[in-house]
Amino acid sequence: MELAIHTDVSANARVNAQGLNSKPHKVTAEGVNVFYGNKQALNQVNLDIPSNMVTALIGPSGCGKSTFLRCLNRMNDVVDGCRVEGEICLDGENIYARGVDVVHLRARVGMVFQKPNPFPKSIYDNVAYGPRIHGLAKSRTDMDEIVMTSLEKAGLLDEVRDRLDAPGTGLSGGQQQRLCIARAIAVEPEVILMDEPCSALDPIATAKIEELIDELKENYTIIMVTHSMQQAARVSQKTAFFHLGELVEQGDTTDIFTKPVDERTKAYVTGRIG
Amino acid sequence: MEHEHIVSSFDEDLGRLDSIIAEMGGLAERQLADAVDALSRRDVALAKKVIESDKQIDLLEEEIDNFTIRVLALRQPMAEDLRAVVVALKMASNLERIGDYAKNVAKRTLTLSAMEPVGNATQTIQRMARQVQSMIKNVLDAYGAHDLAKADDVRMRDEEVDLMHTSLFRELLTYMLEDPRNITACTHLLFVAKNVERIGDHVTSIAENVHFLVSGDKPADERPKNDLSSQTIVE
Amino acid sequence: MSDTLTHSERIEAGLTKRYRAEKRFRLYGIAAIAVAMAFLVIMLAAIGIRGIGAFQQTEVALTVVFDETHIKDNNWQAIVKESMRKKFPEVTSRSDKRLLTQLMSSGAGFNLQNMYRADPSLVGETRTVWLTASDDVDMLMKGAIDRASPQSERRVSDKEIVWIDSLIADGALELKFNTHFFTGGDSREPELAGIFGAFMGSIFSLAVCFLLSFPLGVMTAIYLEEFAPKNRWTDVIEVNINNLAAVPSIVFGLLGLAVFLNFFMLPRSAPLVGGMVLALMTLPTIIIASRAALRAVPPSIREAAWGMGASSVQTVLHHVLPLAMPGMLTGTIIGMAQALGESAPLLMIGMVAFIVDIPGSFTDPATALPVQIFLWADSPERAFTERTAAAIIVLLVFLVTMNLIAVVLRKKFERRW
Repeated sequence: MELAIHTDVSANARVNAQGLNSKPHKVTAEGVNVFYGNKQALNQVNLDIPSNMVTALIGPSGCGKSTFLRCLNRMNDVVDGCRVEGEICLDGENIYARGVDVVHLRARVGMVFQKPNPFPKSIYDNVAYGPRIHGLAKSRTDMDEIVMTSLEKAGLLDEVRDRLDAPGTGLSGGQQQRLCIARAIAVEPEVILMDEPCSALDPIATAKIEELIDELKENYTIIMVTHSMQQAARVSQKTAFFHLGELVEQGDTTDIFTKPVDERTKAYVTGRIG
Repeated sequence: MEHEHIVSSFDEDLGRLDSIIAEMGGLAERQLADAVDALSRRDVALAKKVIESDKQIDLLEEEIDNFTIRVLALRQPMAEDLRAVVVALKMASNLERIGDYAKNVAKRTLTLSAMEPVGNATQTIQRMARQVQSMIKNVLDAYGAHDLAKADDVRMRDEEVDLMHTSLFRELLTYMLEDPRNITACTHLLFVAKNVERIGDHVTSIAENVHFLVSGDKPADERPKNDLSSQTIVE
Repeated sequence: MSDTLTHSERIEAGLTKRYRAEKRFRLYGIAAIAVAMAFLVIMLAAIGIRGIGAFQQTEVALTVVFDETHIKDNNWQAIVKESMRKKFPEVTSRSDKRLLTQLMSSGAGFNLQNMYRADPSLVGETRTVWLTASDDVDMLMKGAIDRASPQSERRVSDKEIVWIDSLIADGALELKFNTHFFTGGDSREPELAGIFGAFMGSIFSLAVCFLLSFPLGVMTAIYLEEFAPKNRWTDVIEVNINNLAAVPSIVFGLLGLAVFLNFFMLPRSAPLVGGMVLALMTLPTIIIASRAALRAVPPSIREAAWGMGASSVQTVLHHVLPLAMPGMLTGTIIGMAQALGESAPLLMIGMVAFIVDIPGSFTDPATALPVQIFLWADSPERAFTERTAAAIIVLLVFLVTMNLIAVVLRKKFERRW
């Protein structure tokens, strides 16, 4: 069984690990440091994220998992005093390299947030917003098609088919979150980042989102921050554990939750005082 | 476990699981000792007592069953906690089987006591049983102390039990060939020997579970097996 | 015994006290509102009672002959004089004749002139027309001059009262609705003074003020809030904007005088300059309110837009601005209302001049409503008192209308998130 503590894994071993998964790595992070002003939020993070899988980032509050997630589509750019060092590659290209367009990057790496945040516009316009600003639809019928498919993929179409003009903010919390997912996949991203997507939802809405995530991984690489270990266990194939700004342990979700190696991971997943 | 849970009642649950297993283990070990004692001393009263005591083990197993299900449902244990609960469940089942075999030995003791003793087969059985008994004791210690080496040691020692069983099988077959009047007693003794050997297997299984509990993995290597009784022919 | 009280008994004993305190607190609140409302009602009532008279004006029905010679001489007042004398043939003495003429407003001739301009075929014709009476007659009619007081103490003599009474008996002297007040410009004669000039002056000034301060204020707020890096410079700017909001308005007037008039040589007394000065005064208010409105937009909306790959400008224009607009409009309207009621800075740039003409453009000399009120309040004639109050009523109505428009706009833009 493969216990991949990345910091110890040599380049050779990583190739092996790739071979085992038989899927290439979509996102690779190499020596990532993040500073907010003088405070270091992430310290030398190395993490490879395989494509078409769900990777869960877990860890206690303030451990840097959200910070790391936000590095992946450069959402930290808008935070004052935030500095990112190291290399994060999407399909082998450094997204922090000079000349990389953030707008283009975010079209490739979509994001779903903790609190459902649909625009105060109609359901249709919410989904159509991304394709509209990126000019993805050639005609009105094109746009209709994109909106419908996205809603369908997000499992929301049947619930909103007859009220596409209703405001997106009028939906229930779970529906709003699925609307946000539909909005994200409307631009056909390659990677979807999810920042605790279910923390504001009830268990049934959560289950629907989890089912949706499971379906979406066929076509997208999903990276998810979650506080619920059960959720990470349920939906992810890979899990990475962050603690105090460090990536402590990463590996197959099954391994992390049945036989974690690092003492800090053990304490965290079993609910012990670490 | 060096760290305590944030939810302290979880610790209490796990502690309770441990103590029930310990109690069951102690009981099973005693049952086996008593059963074999009764056999060698042709002590009918002790044999009856063993048969009676088996119910206690059954009750404890049921308690473990219910308790583990409760812990799984309410605590959703992870990592070593999850392993502890699952291992406890499996161990309880092993220990209950051990109790059953001991009871079986006691039952046959009742029958054998009414017959002429055959050779020194009971002494061999007693040696085998002592070996198995020490295995039980060690595996319970390994469980309590989370001692990987000790558990692996127990696992290896089952080979000796198998060897003894094979030789006993041979011995009993010889007795039966010598004098057909021995057949009834020897057949019973064969079953007794088999029961003790099976107890050894269950102890091995417990040792493997302890290995999993401590390390998170099943033992990787093949365990040496030397029970050749299934291929034994006496010319 | 108190030691033996149980926990819940102790809580219960405290409860009544707590509820009493709560009740008291609520009563204070209601009392405060009641006092405030009472003051408001008293103020409105006082102004209303004083000002309502100005909406009526005494007029006299005269049979006038559009005499060709007088028209040629452009001596319209002579026509009025002649018809008055015809009405009272018994008046012969020179001084009495003058008194008689003084019953009519000096503006009565303008009324006739306007009629002729509208219809030149009136030459030589005889018509019965209602003409404006003098302010003294008006005051007498409205009871502001007491008939019972000794003659020496009132501005209307006994003789005049006799004439007036005979006119009333003839049905030739009446209080009529004062349209001139709403359509005329300022005048030295209270019966001829109108509010329209000042009203237009205010409208022009406010238009300039709005056109300058709203876009400037909103753009400043957006830049500072959404784009500017947070460093010492933006801190300095922020502190200065907050300080500017507290600068006395007359200082802005001085600035306008020094910069706009003396340096840029812009026309004196013009609504253009008035509006610019008011814009300076309003800007901080609008900027502060707009920034607060922008800050009130939930960050999740910005994140959502950025996350979709919207650029910063798209994020602001598509999502943040529409949500902040109601708040910005509220701030703007508050600023505009301040500007509307402001007189001090306008005094400094000469919008306090006596201007009879109705301003027709941004550069025509004009006054503004509050300045007009200030001017009238300063005038000695009795009739100006009620005009002052009436002008205040007009100003208040203007304000309420502006606020109503603001409410409607806000409702229109307001969206839930």
